[in-house]
Amino acid sequence: MSHDPTGPLSDIGLVQLLAPTGERVHDERFDTYAADLTSDDLRTMYRDMVLVRRFDREATALQRQGELALFAQCEGQEGAQIGSAHALAAQDQVFPSYREHGVAHVRGIDLPDVLRLFRGVDQGGWDPTHGFHLYTLVIGSHVLHATGYAMGVQRDGLVGTGDPAKDTTTIVYFGDGSTAQGDVNEAMVFAAVNHAPVVFFCQNNQWAISEPTSRQAVRPIADRAPGFGIPSVRVDGNDPVACYAVTRWAAQRARDGQGPTFVEALTYRMGAHTTSDDPTRYRTSEEEETWRRRDPIDRLRAHLVASGELSPAFEAEVAQAADELGERIRTQVRAMQAPAKAEIFEHVYATAHSVVDGERAWYTEYERSFLDAEGQR
Amino acid sequence: MTMTSERTAPVATGVQRLPMAKAINAGLRRALAEDDHVMLMGEDIGRLGGVFRVTDGLHADFGDTRVVDTPLAESGIVGTAIGLALRGYRPVCEIQFDGFIFPAFDQITTQLAKMHYRSRGRLTLPVVIRVPFGGAIGAIEHHSESPEVLFAHTAGLRVVSPSTPAEAYTMIRQAIASPDPVLFFEPKSRYWEKGEVDLDAPADPLGLDKARVVRPGTDVTVVAYGPTVATALKAADAAAAEGTSIEVVDLRAISPLDVATVAESVRRTGRCVVVHEAPVLYGVGAEVAARVTEECFYSLEAPVLRVGGFHMPYPVAKLEHEYLPSLDRVLDAVDRTMGF
Ligand SMILES: Cc1ncc(C[n+]2csc(CCOP(=O)(O)OP(=O)(O)O)c2C)c(N)n1
Ligand SMILES: [Mg+2]
Repeated sequence: MSHDPTGPLSDIGLVQLLAPTGERVHDERFDTYAADLTSDDLRTMYRDMVLVRRFDREATALQRQGELALFAQCEGQEGAQIGSAHALAAQDQVFPSYREHGVAHVRGIDLPDVLRLFRGVDQGGWDPTHGFHLYTLVIGSHVLHATGYAMGVQRDGLVGTGDPAKDTTTIVYFGDGSTAQGDVNEAMVFAAVNHAPVVFFCQNNQWAISEPTSRQAVRPIADRAPGFGIPSVRVDGNDPVACYAVTRWAAQRARDGQGPTFVEALTYRMGAHTTSDDPTRYRTSEEEETWRRRDPIDRLRAHLVASGELSPAFEAEVAQAADELGERIRTQVRAMQAPAKAEIFEHVYATAHSVVDGERAWYTEYERSFLDAEGQR
Repeated sequence: MTMTSERTAPVATGVQRLPMAKAINAGLRRALAEDDHVMLMGEDIGRLGGVFRVTDGLHADFGDTRVVDTPLAESGIVGTAIGLALRGYRPVCEIQFDGFIFPAFDQITTQLAKMHYRSRGRLTLPVVIRVPFGGAIGAIEHHSESPEVLFAHTAGLRVVSPSTPAEAYTMIRQAIASPDPVLFFEPKSRYWEKGEVDLDAPADPLGLDKARVVRPGTDVTVVAYGPTVATALKAADAAAAEGTSIEVVDLRAISPLDVATVAESVRRTGRCVVVHEAPVLYGVGAEVAARVTEECFYSLEAPVLRVGGFHMPYPVAKLEHEYLPSLDRVLDAVDRTMGF
């Protein structure tokens, strides 16, 4: 085989609005969807990306120090995540997988809270009822939840009203590897036949742990969606502006009642799959270097610098905010305590369940048996 | 029969003699009429009314958005039901047959069962999954299975099975009203057996988690649920003719297991036999035996015995009666426990 269309360097039909050098590239179809971005917006995206990268590195360091059980880095994918998340409205609903720290940040999740899961003190870490669902570790499962949620939005009549404060889109993030799962494909069937207002946002970061995308698909992943009756687009995932534009387009389609859309964002996972992984066993440093040169933060920075929109004062302020975030992450994570022991019996059911109640009572008695007469352990 | 037309569709009232399938239908109809957020999802449940006709007529009365023919993908049905529940809906999913629930097993056990816990109670998933289950209908393979214990073993799910039309009518409504996910196992071999149903009955105070003594007795407690309750009652009649008094306990729920009601009975009788169609190995009977031994050790006159399926794939229909816990096998166990 001479050409691998899903391979890392493939750029078939790729939407790009910023070249890796930061130069603005024109795209007839998507320019309009980025037209409203002000330089303030771009600076906010830049700031978000810098903060999330700091978060990623702090968390990785904390794992190395034994403060976290595990961590899944998003480094390299900030452009796809922050660009797309900025295209969402307050009422929209996000279903993330487990690496969407950039999206979490834009959706108002306090980044240290994301680490509650990885520290092992919580299985969520935030209130999922405000537009950002919990992380889902079982790859692909949540793509169905997003589709069902969107079907609910549709039943609520919050699609196609023309009121931008009402019309609602649901977006679901998942990886290239997940696209092989039955649930992802079933979700596309359900979304298509129901015309569900959902955006499938696939971050093709080239790897599913050690398996390259070519083990999941022999054609570009985005090509699969039209077979389900879902329009799709391939976007340069390291171009935050292009990711913003295609997501706005896709989200608008959903809001207008035009049904689901599939976005494949080509990006790269710069770090290991998780802190337990060793990428040197399956990929080359040359490949990593190639992608390092396409870094999304460098790209937006180059663009802002060239257009004279990034002052040294702003950069200094961002650097300081990142330092403060780093400091806050370190202290907050170290202070995160496991819940009280008896908490493990809480919320198994929403209403009383005699088996859980019986086991809780037994455990409480057992714990009490270790106390001496004065109530001391 | 009187018809009222509150909301969108007629709801039957009064006391009627109905087969279980129709009783469930009446319960679903009532739930649909009472709460706009209730919706039914499944394969062929719309115009066809389901392969067992349990949803007969509901599509005509409530329409496409309330009674939804889904794509043929069980994981998709349950997975999208979870999303709909997150959006405030109360989906009632029909799995066409017991043996076809496994494509949805992951969504049920990994997602549906755990989301309330993972979110520390912030999310509730009021999803009901109806499953026609069990054998004795002469079906081909994958259409006669009893997988209920696989779900009872999973924390976060409630697992229930009605044994009569009246129970089915109230239990399906309580299942739909439950904030917890409920696996609702319908004994398909009893779908056509009629019983009196009070369509205006208030909610059963036993709820979805209490067992019921359906026939008092003094010598042996026979514990059953779903399709085997009728078998246990027949055994009680037959044993009575020979001078043995059987008390029959209908578990109604297998998660939670109402140990208290069973133990109270066994303390009086001193003997216990558990009957279910599912294989005995690691089954409900094993759990009942363990709990009864713990709770009533000094009252027991004999070991707890189990009557159920063998450790094998469900056999061919022509031989299923060798596999199923028949009246004779229940009586044999009763004899063994009496003779111990
Ligand atoms: C159903 C399931 N199978 C296997 C795993 C283990 N696993 C975790 S992440 C992963 C790779 C996923 O790759 P991809 O979807 O491309 O996402 P990425 O990690 O690259 O963001 C695997 C195999 C899992 N979490 N869930
Ligand atoms: Mg991947």
